[in-house]
Amino acid sequence: MTLKLRAALMAATALCGTSAMAETTLNALFMAQAAYSEDDIRAMTASFESAHPDVKINLEFVPYEGLHDKTVLSQGAGGGYDVVLFDVIWPAEYSENGILLDVSDKITEDMKAGILPGAWTTVDYDGKSYGMPWILDTKYLFYNKDMLKQAGIDTPPATWAELQEDAQTIKDAGLVDHPIVWSWAQAEAAICDYTTLLSAFGGDFLKEGAPEFQTGGGLDALHYMVDSFKSGLTNPNSKEFLEEDVRNVFQNGDAAFALNWTYMYNLANTSEESKVAGNVGVVPAPGVEGSSSVSAVNGSMGLGIPSTSENPDLAWDYIVHMTSQPVQDTYAKLSLPIWKSSYEDTAVTAGQEELIDAASKSLAAMYPRPMTPRYQEMSMALQQGIQEALLGMASPEDALQGAADNSGL
Amino acid sequence: MFSERMSPRALLLMLPLVLVMIAVIGWPLVDTIRLSMTDARLAGTSGEFIGADNYTKTVSSRNFQSAFWATMRFSVWSVSIELVLGVLVALLLNQRFYGRTLLRALMILPWALPTVVNATLWRLIYNPEYGALNALLTQIGMLDAYRSWLGEPSSAMTALIVADVWKNFPLVALIALAALQAVPKDIRAAAISDGANAWKRFRYVIMPYLIGPLMVALVLRTIEAFKVFDLIWIMTRGGPANSTRSLSILVYQEAFAFQRVGSGASLALIITLIITVLAVAYLMIMRRFAGEAR
Repeated sequence: MTLKLRAALMAATALCGTSAMAETTLNALFMAQAAYSEDDIRAMTASFESAHPDVKINLEFVPYEGLHDKTVLSQGAGGGYDVVLFDVIWPAEYSENGILLDVSDKITEDMKAGILPGAWTTVDYDGKSYGMPWILDTKYLFYNKDMLKQAGIDTPPATWAELQEDAQTIKDAGLVDHPIVWSWAQAEAAICDYTTLLSAFGGDFLKEGAPEFQTGGGLDALHYMVDSFKSGLTNPNSKEFLEEDVRNVFQNGDAAFALNWTYMYNLANTSEESKVAGNVGVVPAPGVEGSSSVSAVNGSMGLGIPSTSENPDLAWDYIVHMTSQPVQDTYAKLSLPIWKSSYEDTAVTAGQEELIDAASKSLAAMYPRPMTPRYQEMSMALQQGIQEALLGMASPEDALQGAADNSGL
Repeated sequence: MFSERMSPRALLLMLPLVLVMIAVIGWPLVDTIRLSMTDARLAGTSGEFIGADNYTKTVSSRNFQSAFWATMRFSVWSVSIELVLGVLVALLLNQRFYGRTLLRALMILPWALPTVVNATLWRLIYNPEYGALNALLTQIGMLDAYRSWLGEPSSAMTALIVADVWKNFPLVALIALAALQAVPKDIRAAAISDGANAWKRFRYVIMPYLIGPLMVALVLRTIEAFKVFDLIWIMTRGGPANSTRSLSILVYQEAFAFQRVGSGASLALIITLIITVLAVAYLMIMRRFAGEAR
């Protein structure tokens, strides 16, 4: 081989090397359901890519229910994702099975000091952090201001009992057939509504690792759901609704009250497709006299790095960007920031003061769903129990006892 | 099949195919059988040998039994309706009338749709607040108030069966229509001149030509229906209260949501066994008709 040829070959190899480096691709898994919209996430990602011209990020959007299974499956198949969105209920299971990288040592003091303490519960398990909190979310009580005014109700309900009374008043006034709408389909969404009620009634999911929800506050919560359902105050189709169905019904003016995530506030109150724009009120989910003043479920989500990622450092840079205060403040209409000082920033609060006010109370009261590696199984057993009780196939007592027996705990 | 001895060269030529089949069918099957006797989890532990524990637990579990009966109900009803409807439509499309070619082409459309699209479509039709079915039935006075078709255990399964029938009866109709072309015209004409009525002509002249292809359609559709996953997953996710959870959905949950691949594998093999029985029935029928044709 001549020297010339060898030099040419080496140059070619070097060129290939640099061009390969210039195109690092990260695969990220997000959800298309509630919180940040797909457009928001694409825009946030584009700003990261323009700051890192050598990085390309493939975004994949799946329904909420697909997030867990896709993450776990890709792990079983040897990897594929560099960044995944995960729900607050999965770190226990992910940690036990080594699915996410422990990023505790990457979290800086500034992050620790600047981010709301409650947000960290989303990503922490057993003293370690498995990612960064990103979506800080809970279920709020939304109400149609016009309907309440027409029914002569001055203030939104502060207790769950008041909600029933107000709903009855509105129903009697003939303003709407079924005043309250929830997401009680056989899905995690139903567990979030149930958890909100369970926390209001002072219940517990587990006691020393064994199911406890079938007694006390957990049982009261299901009784409340069944009563509201049977009385016709709750939209009977709630039993097959997810969050987007709730939003559709509410923004069509077919409900006076709705329990839903943060994202519904601005979509229902300002978007052109909403018939109730300008009339949307939001307060923390009510409490129960003698046991709670407000209630809330921790429905937050975080961004983590699967342990099979080949570019964990770059993936972390991307996560830091997505969770950074400037990015979160820019896109604060569908999901509120995790940063404390954002809540005093008028650029963030402008036009959504009511939501910020509700958030200040709700976020402090967020109740966790149980941290157990067997969460998925328990949740599905409970979903079945809730549906059996709503459909009248079993009494709340029997339904929850069945769920407890079937929970795998 | 092996009545004439194969030459060594023929065996040698078949070897690559046999090797490929062992690699893509044989090995995964053997590995699944191994997996089904362990307590392996999807991520983390590869599992210890636990013998037939998974099988005994699976078969005796309440979840398996309810999923088995849900799958049976779905398969028996949808396949029966598809067969009857398919034959009736084939008989209609076998008549001479204006626009027959267009109608034959249109009939294929539902079958050509991806199941995901079909399921989403029907979900919209069944929507309890804004669905077309509710609007139609209330407007023609058959319904007083809008109903939650997919939210009630009493109607959810029926709603799923209707969606499946709509998509799959064209396949049966197509097979039956092809079979009808084989009925000799002179026998039909003879039956008419002998005074046989429509039913008798169908039973004694047409049916013998239809029965073979229909058996094939029956077995193929039953196997397909028994494996149903996507339609149900999109429309009800197995709800309400797990009343429409099929065996395939149960396997999926067990293996991927609960991460118990060992017991998921045992469940998958039980389904495979049931389907194998159906497939053997299929082969026997095929052989019988092949013998008759000779």
